[in-house]
Amino acid sequence: MERRRLLFIAAIISVLVGVAAFVGSARVPPLQIIASMLSTTLAVATPLTLGALCGVWCERAGVVNIGIEGTMLTSAFFGWTAATALATFTAAPAGLCLLGGVGAAVVSAMLVGLLLSVLAVTFRVDQIIAGVVVDLFAVGVTGFLNRQMMFEHGGLFGGVAPQSAGVMPHVRIPLLADLPVVGPIFDQQPIAFAGLLLVALTHFVLFFTRFGLRVRAAGEHPRAAATVGIDVRAVRHRSVLIGSAIAGLGGAYFTLESVPSFEPLMTNGRGFIALAAMIFGNWTPLGALGAALLFGSAQALQINLQFFREAIPESLSFLQQSSIVGLLPYVLTMVVLTGVVGRTTAPAADGNPDDGRG
Amino acid sequence: MTALLRPLLVPVLAVFTALVVGAGVIAAAGASPWDAYTGLFQGAFGSARALSETAVWATPYIFAGLAVSLAFHAGLFNIGAEGQIAVGALTAALFGYGLPRWFGSDLPALVHLPMTLLAGVMGGGLWGALPGWLKARTGAHEVINTIMLNYIAINMVSFLLNGALKDPEPGNVIARTPLIAASAELPTLLERYRVHWGFVLALVLAAGVAFLLRRTTLGFELRAVGSNPDAAAAGGIPVVRTTVIAMALSGGLAGLAGAVEVTALNHRHELGFSAGYGFDAIAVALLGRTHPVGVVLSGLLLGAMRNGATRMQFLTQIPVDVISVIQALILLFVAADVIVRKLYRLRTPGERVALTRGWGA
Repeated sequence: MERRRLLFIAAIISVLVGVAAFVGSARVPPLQIIASMLSTTLAVATPLTLGALCGVWCERAGVVNIGIEGTMLTSAFFGWTAATALATFTAAPAGLCLLGGVGAAVVSAMLVGLLLSVLAVTFRVDQIIAGVVVDLFAVGVTGFLNRQMMFEHGGLFGGVAPQSAGVMPHVRIPLLADLPVVGPIFDQQPIAFAGLLLVALTHFVLFFTRFGLRVRAAGEHPRAAATVGIDVRAVRHRSVLIGSAIAGLGGAYFTLESVPSFEPLMTNGRGFIALAAMIFGNWTPLGALGAALLFGSAQALQINLQFFREAIPESLSFLQQSSIVGLLPYVLTMVVLTGVVGRTTAPAADGNPDDGRG
Repeated sequence: MTALLRPLLVPVLAVFTALVVGAGVIAAAGASPWDAYTGLFQGAFGSARALSETAVWATPYIFAGLAVSLAFHAGLFNIGAEGQIAVGALTAALFGYGLPRWFGSDLPALVHLPMTLLAGVMGGGLWGALPGWLKARTGAHEVINTIMLNYIAINMVSFLLNGALKDPEPGNVIARTPLIAASAELPTLLERYRVHWGFVLALVLAAGVAFLLRRTTLGFELRAVGSNPDAAAAGGIPVVRTTVIAMALSGGLAGLAGAVEVTALNHRHELGFSAGYGFDAIAVALLGRTHPVGVVLSGLLLGAMRNGATRMQFLTQIPVDVISVIQALILLFVAADVIVRKLYRLRTPGERVALTRGWGA
């Protein structure tokens, strides 16, 4: 991650937090608003971070993944279904139900990832099309099952009232969570913390281990990698599966951490913002985190402004509209791609089905 | 087997295989696949009204499928049909209700309707031309930029339909424009049926795209840039200009899909009607093998399935969403034609086509 991009990200987040503090200062002390902004940012950035990490894993190995949205939607659905089924049909405590839900989310995401990697790596289908297949499947399967399982006749929850397993409890990190202003950052739900850990872990594995080197070799120059004996296909399959498992956690965020329910199409484009975050972060885990936080802070601004709606001056009231701050990730990503804010370089063999096997 | 039928083989087998797998899904959900598919067929073709509705459903698929196909021929992957449809519908709706107000008098339909449709083409065309220009000038990949522009379009349209362009009628809480003037309405083909002239326009444009690609200099340039931009440049073809034109035409076709939905059916732009069309258009284009005739056929097929699904759900309690599953299966089998070829023991063709070349290329 180059310094210029990092400064750019920090500057925009500061501006957004500053705007929130300024606008709300008539009602709430600015420090309290800043604290709320930081903690909301981290929370809403979680699925973006995890989705972007999925993109980093896949594309570093040379597999373009525009199916992140579908992967997260699928795992959001199966995570919720598993947790709810456990809560409805067993006497398991809520925590265990949620854990089962997370497990189901990750497994379902890996199955989706398997579909992508079989198409893209084994059959060498055009990778954009493979991603479209994944997204279409996700919309169809989740929409179909979501409606079908409520049918009295033959549905999973037919004739019974589903019991909600609730959402993940907050975890306070002792001492740190008591700090002024930044304290709320350390009082988050588990998947948010997991996202930060996985960023660090991905960075370490990709850049400091033999496996990570192989992944990057497969994504930069598959021929050369194959020549020195790396099984490019196997590496790519594994990378896609690892990435998809991470995206599965991102999907679980929607139905097990954010709200305890599933709605059709509820990921609502967040998978594509995650894709944008990966590009914005220049295909690195740390950059992806930075971009996810940046995009998350835009969303946090809009959420926080809802709290002091009456205090907002007329000239700034448009900031409350989700459609205005919602533009930010997409516009910024397009700007970055044109090369204005530093260069963006994709892995050289990203999207290239060549695996050195002729 | 005649040479004429050979290109149909894989798509037809893909549809057949998807329907067989879909029957498995329906059976697993506890219904009879035979009843479900009978209902689907009746709902799509069982009556004059059903046929009319199938054509209504198919119309935007044909426009958008043509849009994606045209871009494919120029080596460009347009994932942005959804955004281009939304912008085209927005500009068309704006001209549809706004033009008489700006002129201060009613306009004859002969002037107003073409201008409204053209506004839709221009709106979608500009929305498509932008990623084309960015691709040609900066190398920014059109797949990413068209995805980004989809969401920019959705957010922008939502902002306008909730604000400046919102239907001011008292009591209206829906994000939608006012109704367009009667002079901007695209008439129906037959009385008492909804099928409209937009369907005819779609068929005419399919022929137009076929003519453009095969019989004009521009079409040749598009295909040349699509198959090898370096060779095209060496041959004196202006690659930048051709890329921008290809994406503008593609976006214009998608924009027309939106404009026709506004002028012929809804008579206004209501938020969210364009959702999902982008990916459906890709499925239509690929199932139709990016050939205009193929696109018309696959657009009709998808339209028929979407239309018939309501009756299927009514008869068998199978959710209409099963159509999305079958559609994904069709795309899967068309894209991974290896599966179909293995399954039916067909000979594999010598060359394999990669449509995109990664983000960098």
